[in-house]
Amino acid sequence: MIAGKPRVGVVTFPGSLDDRDALRAVALMGGDGVPLWHADRDIRGVDAVILPGGFSYGDYLRTGALARFAPIMDEIRAFADRGGPVVGICNGFQILCEAGLLPGALIRNRQLRFVCRFVDVRVETSLSLLTEGLVPGEVLRIPVKHGEGQFVARPDDLDRIEAEGLVTFRYCGPGGELDYEHNVNGSTGSIAGIRNPQGNVAGLMPHPEHAVDPDVGPTGGQPLFASLLAFALARV
Amino acid sequence: MKFQLQVVVSLKPGLLDPQGKAIEGSLPAMGWANVSSVRVGKRVELTVDAESEEAAREQAEEMARRLLSNPVIEDFRVLTAEQVGR
Repeated sequence: MIAGKPRVGVVTFPGSLDDRDALRAVALMGGDGVPLWHADRDIRGVDAVILPGGFSYGDYLRTGALARFAPIMDEIRAFADRGGPVVGICNGFQILCEAGLLPGALIRNRQLRFVCRFVDVRVETSLSLLTEGLVPGEVLRIPVKHGEGQFVARPDDLDRIEAEGLVTFRYCGPGGELDYEHNVNGSTGSIAGIRNPQGNVAGLMPHPEHAVDPDVGPTGGQPLFASLLAFALARV
Repeated sequence: MKFQLQVVVSLKPGLLDPQGKAIEGSLPAMGWANVSSVRVGKRVELTVDAESEEAAREQAEEMARRLLSNPVIEDFRVLTAEQVGR
């Protein structure tokens, strides 16, 4: 059980959609959700930050490309540099890649279509703010909903990502198998999420905030929030 | 002086271009079965107020590097009015 209540900030950009679900998930899992505003230069002393899903700035130019210039992003970058936990979900992942806080980029899905369904993801490491307490190989059911989730990276970045174990989750079958069929958007190496080498910044395309309430479906997102809250609390 | 420039952004060679593939798949249905290697990019038109065309061009290249393209997935070219041909 979590002793205190870590404060987790969720940033609302113009076009964010999942900020409320993320705040609710934080609360359901025992944290204190703090709304943050893109135009503020203030992260209100939170213990962790979530960049939520949606279509910030209408996905103009490239997904996530314009959000990185929001005033609050300077604060979030400084927070991350101090070791503060920062999670990007879906559009938030795209923003972290565009901002250079994570390597790689997210491009149009292989099948060209928007995909919206539950997928299975395999945990690849327990060394990140989202996977503490999870065992590599474990399979979680979490929904995806994106048109541009195909992860790509420069060959040297990709080598580094794999060699340093920076992959947090891969799309898989129900038994953890990695194959073409279960790679929902054609991502390189079936990569669904990655972390930075320090383990305090992570991004993923699946939406754990939509999978925490047993009343409305699978709860594969719960352990990710439990990990994030524990990670944030350890810093309080 | 004001200089008109274009920044042409294209997906890196070797990177799958799903949009290009979709267009390529549609062309035979309209009777053009001899088309391959369709790739879709984007063109950004700019007017830059600068001392010289060279300065405007250098600025456009910097803007293309830092915002208009993502170096992980895209290449770009900056074209002057003369190069654009108008």
